[in-house]
Amino acid sequence: MAEMILGLPKEELFCSGHTSCSGCGPALAMRYALKAAGKNTVVVHATGCMEVVSSAYPLSAWKVPWIHGTFENAPAIASGIERAFKSKGKKVNILAIGGDGATFDIGLGALSGMIERGHKVCYICYDNEAYMNTGKQRSSASPLFANTTTTPFGKKIHGKLEPKKPLPFIVAAHGVKYVATASIANPQDFYNKVKKGLAIDGPSFIHVFAPCQFGWKFPTDKTIEITGQAIKSCVAPIYEIENGILKLNKVDNKIKIDNYLNMQGRYKHLNKEEVFQLQQFVDDRWKFLTELETKGKVFDVVQ
Amino acid sequence: MDTHIVERLAEYVDNGELNSELIYAESEHSMFSAAAGASAAGARSFTASSSQGLALGFEVLGMISGMRLPVVAAIANRALSSPINIWNDHSDTMSVKDMGWIQLYVESAQESFDTMVQAFKIAEETLIPVMVCLDGFTLSHVTEPLELENVSSFVGKYRGKYVLDPKKPLLMGPVATPDSYMEIKELQQKDMLDSKNVVKKIHNEYKKKYKRGYGDGLIETYNLKGKKKALILMGSAVGTARVVSDEEKDFGVIKLKCFRPFPEEELKKVCKDVKEIAVIDRSLSFGQDSAVYTEVKKCLPNKKISGFVAGLGGRDITRKTIKDAVNQIGKEGQIWLK
Ligand SMILES: Cc1ncc(C[n+]2csc(CCOP(=O)(O)OP(=O)(O)O)c2C)c(N)n1
Ligand code: SF4
Ligand SMILES: [Mg+2]
Repeated sequence: MAEMILGLPKEELFCSGHTSCSGCGPALAMRYALKAAGKNTVVVHATGCMEVVSSAYPLSAWKVPWIHGTFENAPAIASGIERAFKSKGKKVNILAIGGDGATFDIGLGALSGMIERGHKVCYICYDNEAYMNTGKQRSSASPLFANTTTTPFGKKIHGKLEPKKPLPFIVAAHGVKYVATASIANPQDFYNKVKKGLAIDGPSFIHVFAPCQFGWKFPTDKTIEITGQAIKSCVAPIYEIENGILKLNKVDNKIKIDNYLNMQGRYKHLNKEEVFQLQQFVDDRWKFLTELETKGKVFDVVQ
Repeated sequence: MDTHIVERLAEYVDNGELNSELIYAESEHSMFSAAAGASAAGARSFTASSSQGLALGFEVLGMISGMRLPVVAAIANRALSSPINIWNDHSDTMSVKDMGWIQLYVESAQESFDTMVQAFKIAEETLIPVMVCLDGFTLSHVTEPLELENVSSFVGKYRGKYVLDPKKPLLMGPVATPDSYMEIKELQQKDMLDSKNVVKKIHNEYKKKYKRGYGDGLIETYNLKGKKKALILMGSAVGTARVVSDEEKDFGVIKLKCFRPFPEEELKKVCKDVKEIAVIDRSLSFGQDSAVYTEVKKCLPNKKISGFVAGLGGRDITRKTIKDAVNQIGKEGQIWLK
């Protein structure tokens, strides 16, 4: 039996020595995901921070075979790998990993194709809510009013004008068996979900909320605290959609979003009205999810 | 149009003639990517595309060659938008000539078949992807009696060198900083230049076994012996050029089969006694002479060479086109034969 800490294997397959910033949320997501997947895994990575910090030739942070192609094609490369292994009778976990830009924006078509074809691949999107590798530009995962370099806090533009794309639902609407959201503040939950995703006989999708201190502008020792605030204030709802049925992680004593916002430079410009609107937005989404949970099967499963 | 190719492949897989997995990608970008993934996982992989599809896949072409994945593709040459035009010319593959793929241009359906078979062996021996370029419609949608061979013994078992395997972890497609990028590209360039010999070798092995060959595998000549004039071109129009050469008897034909790597020494050799050359390009390089003409001029600086543009967007290259080219050798600038 492998040595465990807090229910997770002690062995690291995503090793220290990579060059992420200190306090990097996505780097934690990589560590936990790999602990869940184990050694019998191939990782297919999209271009983005986690790819760049972990693979500068001739060094590698990965103790499993790893391939990176382009920004948007991790799902398609993974599809080819899966089919090749299948035809050779090889049973290997395939993890495809992409940031929010790779997944919500440029690679959405490729992801949709991979899911529709039913490839047995677990796709993990680590969401730091912008294109961080290229210096913090807006993605369709950037939240309402957030300041990025392309959604500045100016006269006409007051941060991002549009809310975050509801990607887990878009994926669930493909009829997959397993979709989940998770965060880096609850490693056990994320770990279990990756294990579950990999065990599904077909595609699965996990969206992991992973704050970036550089882009969100907060002190490097606050990554976990901020993630906790996002969960307690319901900014980042944690749920599973298994066989079309949504199960939401309960939040006891839901808190207001103020503290979450105040901890981050990217929301520094917000006025009272905008904070109010944002609170309203978060509350509405939470209400929608809690109601959806009572309805039983809300997505058709075709796979 | 690559549709006929993939339709027939589906048929072969379905009736058990071909033991293979089919992946139905949602786009050409994903299609090339899935082929790359399968190749990286240790499977012999093939795909087909053309025109806009190839243009969409552009990014992945460089990714595949940079990762040294021996993917093979059939490209049915067609024009690029805009205006949209589904017919034959060489704009698509000539635009990706610098993406690190071996490019072989064929003249007939028979040559497509023979070259395709060789392409797998070439790719696997050199770790360079190979693109077999066949004229859209003229070759991709043609009915032609074919001599088919059972080629499994010739191609042999898949010999991919680097494979994603949890027992031997490796990294494919890492970041290369300014400290290492040039060395990696230098190696790739060296191997690309050297691959010429592998193309020749495998062509000759095939010729020996099946008694069908195309020059030395890089260049094929026709009626060239003793001629002072030559016409250089690629693809199916070579057939027409042969006919005109037989009729007119005043020029020989040089078919450039391998455009990448460019067979410089071989071309110099076959042109030793040639004084005047016409080059026909079926694609443009906006703002400069077309690619075949430019590269032939560079290779043969002391000959009288004229460059012609013909057959764009499906315009037929007729006997008259060929004659017009040969008769106008000596003219300066880019000459359009419409
Ligand atoms: C087709 C293409 N467009 C743009 C880029 C430049 N690029 C590299 S990574 C990246 C952003 C990545 O964002 P995300 O997926 O959110 O990952 P993160 O860097 O935030 O971890 C961009 C725009 C690229 N590599 N390829
Ligand atoms: S920019 Fe953000 S996501 Fe990228 S390495 Fe730094 S902390 Fe991590
Ligand atoms: Mg991001």
